[in-house]
Amino acid sequence: MTTLPAVTPAAERSAVTTAADRPRRGRRSAGTPYAFLAPALVLFAAFLGAPVVYAGYLSLRRVKISGLGLGRGSRVEQWAGLGNYTRVLTDSEFLPSVGRIALYGLIVVPVMLGGALLMALLIDGGRSRAGGFARTAIFLPYAVPAVIASLLWGFLYLPRVSPITDVLTGVGLSAPNVFSSSWVLYAVANIAIWGGMGFNMIVLYTALRTIPGELSEAARIDGASDVQIALRIKIPVILPSLIMTFVFSLIATLQVFAEPMTLRPLANTISATWTPLMMVYRDAFIRNDIHAAAATSVVIAVATFALSFGFLKLVGSRAFRQED
Amino acid sequence: MRKAIGGALAAALLLLAAGCSGSDDDSSGGGTAGGGKVELTYWSWAPNMDKVVEGWNAGHPDIHVTVNKQDGGDPAVTKLLTAIKAGSGAPDVMQAEYQKIPTLVSADAIADIAGEAGGLKQKFPDSAWNGVTLGSESVYGVPQDSGPMMFYYRADVLEKLKISPPATWDQYADAARKIHSANQKQYLGTFSANDPGWFAGLAQQAGASWWGVQGDSWTVNIDDAATRKVAGFWGGLVQEGVIANTPMYTPDWNAALNDGTQVGWLSAVWAPGVLEGNAASTKGKWKVAALPQWDPAKPAGGNWGGSATSVTTQSKHKKQAVEFITWLNTDPAALKALAGTANIYPAATDATSTALTSPPAFFAGQKDFYAIAAEAGKVTNPFTYGPNVNVAYSAYNDAFGKAAESKQSAAFTAALATMQTTTVSDMKTAGFKVAG
Repeated sequence: MTTLPAVTPAAERSAVTTAADRPRRGRRSAGTPYAFLAPALVLFAAFLGAPVVYAGYLSLRRVKISGLGLGRGSRVEQWAGLGNYTRVLTDSEFLPSVGRIALYGLIVVPVMLGGALLMALLIDGGRSRAGGFARTAIFLPYAVPAVIASLLWGFLYLPRVSPITDVLTGVGLSAPNVFSSSWVLYAVANIAIWGGMGFNMIVLYTALRTIPGELSEAARIDGASDVQIALRIKIPVILPSLIMTFVFSLIATLQVFAEPMTLRPLANTISATWTPLMMVYRDAFIRNDIHAAAATSVVIAVATFALSFGFLKLVGSRAFRQED
Repeated sequence: MRKAIGGALAAALLLLAAGCSGSDDDSSGGGTAGGGKVELTYWSWAPNMDKVVEGWNAGHPDIHVTVNKQDGGDPAVTKLLTAIKAGSGAPDVMQAEYQKIPTLVSADAIADIAGEAGGLKQKFPDSAWNGVTLGSESVYGVPQDSGPMMFYYRADVLEKLKISPPATWDQYADAARKIHSANQKQYLGTFSANDPGWFAGLAQQAGASWWGVQGDSWTVNIDDAATRKVAGFWGGLVQEGVIANTPMYTPDWNAALNDGTQVGWLSAVWAPGVLEGNAASTKGKWKVAALPQWDPAKPAGGNWGGSATSVTTQSKHKKQAVEFITWLNTDPAALKALAGTANIYPAATDATSTALTSPPAFFAGQKDFYAIAAEAGKVTNPFTYGPNVNVAYSAYNDAFGKAAESKQSAAFTAALATMQTTTVSDMKTAGFKVAG
């Protein structure tokens, strides 16, 4: 009780200082957050916001040509309404290209994530002494840029320059023509899987490392096998990471471009509109029709948004509950 | 710290301001540097063009030309169209492939120089001149180089099978059959769905002109009798399996030329450079002949490649620019430099006698190389390109890619129909007036 009076002046003092500070801090607080946010906001507006708005604007415009279209004044830019969108969506090449990447995704995503998960579990299981080496070796292809990887595989696919063909013919087999229409999708998917598996493995492996060792130990004492531990404990715990890698792979599938674009000159079977993004490229840089390209870009962006968020919403509540 | 952020912000704003600034400053458009001296910029992708231009700069102290090296025909056009749209940044003088000229004219990117250069007509073959006039009274450039098509073949292989170089397409087909049946791995050629310019040249020889101007509207004749004849011919050979169906300019094709599985190439005058690079080990085994003919009584030819030099609409020194491109493409000294230093085949008719006296190194044994080329250039049919060649060519890649893959002759003529409809509907959508 005797200490109380001593405390009160101190409390008062602090109250006084706070009160004295308040007006100054108040004046500051109105502007300070914005000042700190400003660089980010300006950069965001200049390099993301503005281009997005501009692409949206372009997608609603068109160039109208009159007569022969030669000479000054024969070409005017005007509003097109949703004309570009109907033109793009009804393009006979658009739906097939969407179908193609759907099939491509059905191959790439399960194989790549399945493989990544399996390898992450094997390395985490610690049975192999070569864990560190395997980790690096599997991750390494991710460091190879997609264009280089495609060139590399392109050489392996072309019968006359491919060592694979040499080996196969050496043992008396005939090598399949991977650029034929029945194989080409797998040929492209193979490059994506080769390049992407390592990255996903590292993400999943990192998640596995955060599982406390006691969990597996306890399970083992209870008589669980390695497979049971993996299925019942490890995979459920790293489910959020699996979902994240799935969403990333989904986005990468929707945006597949570099691999087929690089392989295109080598084959008859990859058209200029093989994927939706290649169609954007064709419209913008081969046909010089930036308005149609902008419209397709908007469609792809909206689809990517809808699919990623739709999927997250679908699984989100269940997957992330454990983290609450 | 705050200073640094402020600095970055200021820089970002400056960047934005620079990006948005108007068209009225001509820092890159080539202004007068004072004292009456004119500065011209020239976009070209020909090798060593700067060395050719040195010859001009030495003799013309009042008109100085700076060469700005480009990556190639397509990227240069994209860049030029962007500069035209932006209102500044275009060069004064620009190398333009013949098939790109209508696109560039349509975008108001290159200027009509009929007043300054109209008199040059008789210095060039009709086919080249037609390429810069589009068959009209206007002149949109001065022809620089042309690519008359010729037939290249492995003389050793043909001699061994006692086949003489084919004079007609029927003989070509027979030769292809003989070669393939003698060695199942060997082909006299390949049908390349990646090279629309190659196919256009063959159609040109058969008498096609895919576009045309009729009054105030365009005509499109891709799916005409002449082109159908060519497509059917190649479709037949591919279906028979005596001609390969894989594209040119791939590592696979290079290897095939080099290891002797591709023993012929329908190409143009610039082929020796390509063969030297891709098939070095076959040096001395190749020979060249005129293209096989549809009607030997009426020899005809086609073009694959070639370009003109044009003046852009942003140039403030049109007169001086025309003076320069006239010199570059007609002066004997310039032609010699173009052929010898820049390694191109000048379009000017008298170039063969003045600048091209000895055959290219890879064909050192064939003394009449340039005589054959000159003959091919003389009989080249006129051919008009349209304003959406890029669309037609990209349709060619896709449609003929499918056809070549299917190895069905009927698919080749069907691909031609696809090309025609794609091209016409694109023109109509854009607003061009198309007859028929």
